[in-house]
Amino acid sequence: MSSEPEKETVGKKPEDSKPTDDKATEKPAAEKPVSAKPDTAKKSVPAKAPPKEEPELPAFEKGIVDKITEKFGEKTTVSFVKPDRIGIKVGRDDIHDVAEFARDVLNYDHVDSVAGVDYPADKEIEVVYHLSSYTDPSLSRQILELATRAQREDNPIPGSDATKLPSLRDIFYSVEFHEREAFEMLGVYFEGHPDNRRLLLPEDWADLPPLRKDFRNKGR
Amino acid sequence: MSTPALPPGLAIQKVDERIMTLNVGPQHPGSGHMRIIVQIDGDYIVACDPDPGYVHRGEEKMAEYRNYVLNIPHLERPVIHDSCNILYPYVLGVEELLGLEISERAKYIRVIAAELNRCVYTMYWLAIYGIFLGHSTMFMWPAGDRELLIDLLEKMTGARVTHSYFIPGGIRNDLPANFEDVCLRQVNYFEKRIKEYADVFYDNPILISRTEKTGVLSREDAIRLGTTGSVLRASGVDYDVRKKEPYDVYDELDFETNVMKSGDSYARSKIPWLDMMESCRIIRDALQKMPKSGSVRVKLKPNPKGGIGSVYKRVESGRGALGCYIVSDKKPEPYRLKLSVPSFRNLIALPYLLIGEKLGNMPSVYWSLNYWPVEADR
Repeated sequence: MSSEPEKETVGKKPEDSKPTDDKATEKPAAEKPVSAKPDTAKKSVPAKAPPKEEPELPAFEKGIVDKITEKFGEKTTVSFVKPDRIGIKVGRDDIHDVAEFARDVLNYDHVDSVAGVDYPADKEIEVVYHLSSYTDPSLSRQILELATRAQREDNPIPGSDATKLPSLRDIFYSVEFHEREAFEMLGVYFEGHPDNRRLLLPEDWADLPPLRKDFRNKGR
Repeated sequence: MSTPALPPGLAIQKVDERIMTLNVGPQHPGSGHMRIIVQIDGDYIVACDPDPGYVHRGEEKMAEYRNYVLNIPHLERPVIHDSCNILYPYVLGVEELLGLEISERAKYIRVIAAELNRCVYTMYWLAIYGIFLGHSTMFMWPAGDRELLIDLLEKMTGARVTHSYFIPGGIRNDLPANFEDVCLRQVNYFEKRIKEYADVFYDNPILISRTEKTGVLSREDAIRLGTTGSVLRASGVDYDVRKKEPYDVYDELDFETNVMKSGDSYARSKIPWLDMMESCRIIRDALQKMPKSGSVRVKLKPNPKGGIGSVYKRVESGRGALGCYIVSDKKPEPYRLKLSVPSFRNLIALPYLLIGEKLGNMPSVYWSLNYWPVEADR
C-alpha cells in the first residue's frame, strides 16, 4: 500500500543475481527459527532505505518473484517479499494473465481467500487473491498475494457502475463463492463470473455495500 | 423503489412440471442456519444451490471498529465450539504486526488448548452427524464424552465454551496447579472412549451402506475446488497446515496426518475421528515437552498499533485451513480483517457433490463436509 518506491528495486534485482545468491545460501537456515525477522523488516520498510531490505530477501521466494517480473516486467509491482509470503500488485488488465501464469507455470492450484479492501482516499477498491498450492510440495508453505485495484465510485450501483474486474473463476474454480462475496460486500462486479448473485446478504439489500468504509455501523 | 430492474445474476424462473424445487432450511433442523435449494427429479437431485447468510453478523466489519484486543471476544463467535482455533490465525497475525515474541511455554499451552478444542468441536459435529443418520447412540456418546474435555478447558480458561484464551502475546492466564496430571488422565480416558466408537458407528454396516460411495469427490476436484481440511484429506491429498506450515511448536511434536483415498462421505466422516486420536497424541507429547514454568504472556501497551502493512496467517482448525488476512494502517484497529474460513471454502463442493445423489443422502453428504453454517456466514 504505502511502500511502493522501494519495490521497484526489488523487481529490478534479477540482473545482478550473484550477490543475492551468496546471501541466499546462508539465509534459509537463519530465517525459519527467528520468526520476528519478517516483522521488523516489514515494520521498518517505510523508514529504511531500500538497500537495507535486499539482504532480507529469502532465496526461494525471490526465485518466484524473478519468474513473474521476467515474464511481465513493468506490468507487475512487487509489494513485499517475506518468508513464505509474496505480494504482487497487478493492473486490472493483466490480472487474468498473471493468474494464468501462476497456475500453469508456477503451479499454484487454488485460491485460499479473496479479500476486498476499500481505499476511499485513492478512489479505488483493492481485491487481494491469496494463491496457494496443494500439489507442489515446494510451494506448500507459500502464499502468493495477487492484488489488483478497481475504480471506486462514490454512489455505487453494484454491477452497473465502473467498479469492475475480470473474474478469475475460469482459472481458479475455487474463487466462485469468494468473488460472489466480494461483489456483495464491496460492490466489485466480476466480469466473466457465471453467477453474480448475492450470497450472504439478503436479496433485497438496498444500502451501500457494507464493507465499504462509508457504510457506518449503527451507533458507531 | 418501484419495480427496480433486476440486479445482475438475478432471474425470474418458470415453474417446471417435472422438476420440483425444494427449500431445505433455514428452519430445518437438518440444515443448520442455512438453506439448501435443491431441485429434484423424482428422488434424484438435479440441481443444488446453497444459500448461506442467515446468520451473517458482519464480524469483519465489526473488527474495523475495535482495537486488536477488543476484537478477541467477538471474533471467536462464528464457531464457539472451536473458539481457540478460530482465534489462532488472528492472534498469530497480530503478533507479527506488533512484533511480539512469545514464550515457549505459552506456545505449548496454546497447542494443547487448540487440540482440546479441536476434539470438542469434532465431538459436537460427530454427535450431529449421528443424529442426521438417525443413530441416537452416536448422538448421546459424543455429546457426553465431550464434557470431559470441556471440563479441562474450563479449568484452563475459566469458560466452558467461549474461552477468549488466546491473546496477542501469549495466553490470558497460566495453567492451574496440577493441570498436567488431570489433563493426561482425562485425555487417556477420552482416547480409550473414542476408540469404542468404531464398534458402534464406524464399523457399523448400516453407516457404511449409507455413506460409502455417496458424494464422491475425486482428488482432482478436491484440489480444483480448493476444499480444505478433512474434505481434502478424505480425497487423498495429504495437506495439513500443522505439518506443511507449522506454527508455534507443531514442528516439534510427534503426530501424523490421516489421509483416505475414497473421497466419499464415509471417508469424510472418518477423518475427523482419526484426527481426534492424533490430537490426543499431540496433547500427551506437548504435556511432556512443555517447559514446566515461565511467563505465558507479554505485557501489551494499551491500544497497541501495528505498522503499515498486511499479514496473512493460517492454521489448521477442526474443519480445515483457517486464514486470517489483516491490513494495518498504523491505527489501533485493523484497517481490514478478512477471515477465510474452511466452512465457506468447503461449501463450494456441496452443489458439486449433491447432483445425481438421492434426496435421502443429502443430510449425510452435507454434514460430512464438516460445514458450520455460522462460521461460513461470519
